[in-house]
Amino acid sequence: MKTFIEGSRAVADAVTVCRPKVISAYPITPQTHIVEELAKIVANGKVKAEFVNVESEFSAASVVLGSCATGARSYTATTAQGLFLMAEVLFNISGMRLPIVMTCANRAVSAPINIWNDQQDSLSMRDSGWIQLYAEDNQEALDMHLQAYKIGENKGVLLPVMVCMDGFILTHSYEPVELISQEDADRFLPSYQPEDYLNPDNPVTMGAMVGPEAYMETRYLMQEAMENSVKVIEDVANEFNNQFGRYYGGLIDTYKLEDAETVIVSLGSVLGTVKDAVDSLREKGEKVGVLKVRSFRPFPKDAICEALKGAKKVHVLEKAVSIGMGGIVSSEIKAAFCGKTGVPEIVGSIIGLGGRDITVETIIGILNGSGDSSYDQFIDIKKELVEDPEPSDEAVAANA
Amino acid sequence: MIKDNLFDCGHTACLGCGEALAAKRVLQVAGKDVITTDATGCLEVFTTRYPETSWGVPFIHSLFENSAAVASGIEAALKALGKADEVKVLAQGGDGGTADIGLQALSGMFERGHDVLYVCYDNEAYMNTGVQRSGLTPFDTATATSPAGKYSWGNEHRKKDIPAIAAAHGIPYVATSSVAFPRDIENKVKKALSITGPKYIQIHVPCPLGWRSKPENTIKIAMLAVKTGLFPIYEIENGDLTGVRKVSEPVPVEEYLKLQGRFAHLFKKDGGKDEIKKIQELADRNIKKFRLN
Repeated sequence: MKTFIEGSRAVADAVTVCRPKVISAYPITPQTHIVEELAKIVANGKVKAEFVNVESEFSAASVVLGSCATGARSYTATTAQGLFLMAEVLFNISGMRLPIVMTCANRAVSAPINIWNDQQDSLSMRDSGWIQLYAEDNQEALDMHLQAYKIGENKGVLLPVMVCMDGFILTHSYEPVELISQEDADRFLPSYQPEDYLNPDNPVTMGAMVGPEAYMETRYLMQEAMENSVKVIEDVANEFNNQFGRYYGGLIDTYKLEDAETVIVSLGSVLGTVKDAVDSLREKGEKVGVLKVRSFRPFPKDAICEALKGAKKVHVLEKAVSIGMGGIVSSEIKAAFCGKTGVPEIVGSIIGLGGRDITVETIIGILNGSGDSSYDQFIDIKKELVEDPEPSDEAVAANA
Repeated sequence: MIKDNLFDCGHTACLGCGEALAAKRVLQVAGKDVITTDATGCLEVFTTRYPETSWGVPFIHSLFENSAAVASGIEAALKALGKADEVKVLAQGGDGGTADIGLQALSGMFERGHDVLYVCYDNEAYMNTGVQRSGLTPFDTATATSPAGKYSWGNEHRKKDIPAIAAAHGIPYVATSSVAFPRDIENKVKKALSITGPKYIQIHVPCPLGWRSKPENTIKIAMLAVKTGLFPIYEIENGDLTGVRKVSEPVPVEEYLKLQGRFAHLFKKDGGKDEIKKIQELADRNIKKFRLN
C-alpha cells in the first residue's frame, strides 16, 4: 500500500526501520524535516535509540563516530555548510572504517548564501572516503537507506555511506511511496555486529599515530574496500529487488539506452526531467537515451564505459562545478574513457546551480546545441548579470 | 587481553613528563571497565605509536577538537546498548584541545548532561607542536608564539578560567588537581566516577621541555604552583565550592618562577620585578578568592 508522504518523512521512516541505536544531528535547511521526524519517532518510542542534539555538525559527526566505534548502528544527516563543517570528521570516520550512514540533503554552498538545491556539497566531498549514492526520487531515497547500511557494514567494505538526495526537490516534495515494515527491514538488514569496537572485555586502541611506515597502506586498504563495494552495491540492489520488487540500478541505471546515439548522463532528481525530455525526443524519432549515475563513489568507470560504448555523443548534466576545471562528473567520465578506442564525444553542461530551475526545454536546448555556448559549460547564464561589471538596478530587479 | 597495568610503560613521553604521571594515576583509579577518548596531543602521540599502545583499556583518538563529542557518542551508545551501568566513559585532552579548539564540544557535552568524566591535563601550552601559547598559558609566559623580547614580557593574557566555565554549566562536579598530589588525583577521580552526569577535572602537569625546567623538578614545580596560590586546588559540587587544599604559608611566586626557563626573562630584563609583582597579585587574588590560607 502506498503512502502519500513528504520525502524527508519517508526517509525518517526508512532510517527508523534500520534500527539505529544512536542518531545525532544539528538542524540545517533543507535537512531539518528528516531529523525533526526522527526526533519525534524516538520521543514516541517507535525506535529504541538515543537522539543526541548537538551544538554543531562537527559534533554531530563526532558523536556518531564515537557511537559507531562503540558498536552501535548510527545515523546523521546534514547538507552544504553542515557537511563542510563536518569535513575533518568525515575523513576521520572513513579512515577508522566506521560504516555510518548519513543523508546529505543536497544544497548549494555559500558564498553567496543560498539554501536551494545543487550538488556542490557532496560532490566536493568526493575524496573523503565515503561511498556516495544519489537518489532519483523519494522511493529510491528511502529504499537507499536500507541498502546503504547493508553496503557499508559488509565485512569487505566497512566504509561510511552518504545517501544524497536533492534538497527541497526531494526532501520537501510529497510523493506516494511504499514504506517498509519493520519485519521486512529486519529480514533484509541484519543487526550490526562489528568485529572490533570499544569494549572493555577486549580493549582496542583506535586512531593510533601511524607514521610513514604504514600510513600509505591504510589508504591502499580504503581504495581496495571501495573497489570491493562495486560488487556489493550491485549485489545489494539485486537482493533488494528480490525481496521488495524495486530496482533502480546498482552502480548505474539506463533508460532507452539500447540504440541511443545521444546519451544524457546525470545524477539525482533531475533524471525525471531528463527522462521526460528523452520521451518527447523519442516521439520525434531521435535516438536519445539516459545513463543514471547512482554511485558516484565508487565511481563506476567500467559500467559507464560499457554503457556508453555505442553512443556517438554524450551530454553530462551536473549541478556542481570544480572552479578552475569545469564539470566534476564530466571530467571523471572523460578520464574513465582515457586510453580506450571508440570514445564518444563528451560534452559537460553545468546546470541548476543554487536552485536554478531545469526544465525539459533546458535539456532539449542543450541537446540541440541551441543553448548559448559563450559561457563555456554553464547553461542558462544571464548575460546582463555577468557582462556588465555593475548591472543596472533595473537589470537586477528584473532578475529578482 | 586485559593488561594488569592499564597505562603501560614503554611509551615515548619525555623525561619528567607530568602528563604521563597524571594519566597513569587517573587510569589506575578508573579501572578496566572504562572507555577512554583523547584529543590530539602529546598524550595520544606518546602512547599510541602504531603498532604499539600503552592503553590497557579501550581507547579512541579521533581529532583535536572533538574528544568531548566522541565521548558523548560513546556514552549514548552504551546507553542504547544497555551497557551504561557497567562501563564508564573517560574523555581526555590537553589544555589546547580542551580550552581552545575543543571548548565548544566540551560545552555541548556538559550542557547535554552526558555521564562522562572529562580530564584536562593542563601543561599550559601547545607542547606537542613545539610550545606555542594556548588559552591556558599563564600571564607573562614566554612560548614560541608569545616570546619575550624588547617589547614583550611573553604571553599578554591571563589563564582562561575553564573550571569556572565548566561550573557555569551547572554540572555536578568540577575540580582541579595537581600531579604533585597523586592522592588528591585518586580521590577526585574516584569521587567523580561515583557521580552520574558530566564531570570535569583539570590537572596541572608541568612539562620540562616547554617550561624549560629540569625533569627532576617536575613534582617540585607542580607543588610550588599550588603553594604560591598560582594553581589553586579546589572542588565545586553542584555550583558550590566544597573543598580547597589549604596553603597555610603561601610561598612567594619568585620561588616558582625561577625554576623555569619560560619565566627567565622576568629575572633578566629591567622592569621584571614589576611583572613579578603582577604575577604575585594573581596568586594573592586566588588565595583570597578560594580562602587558601
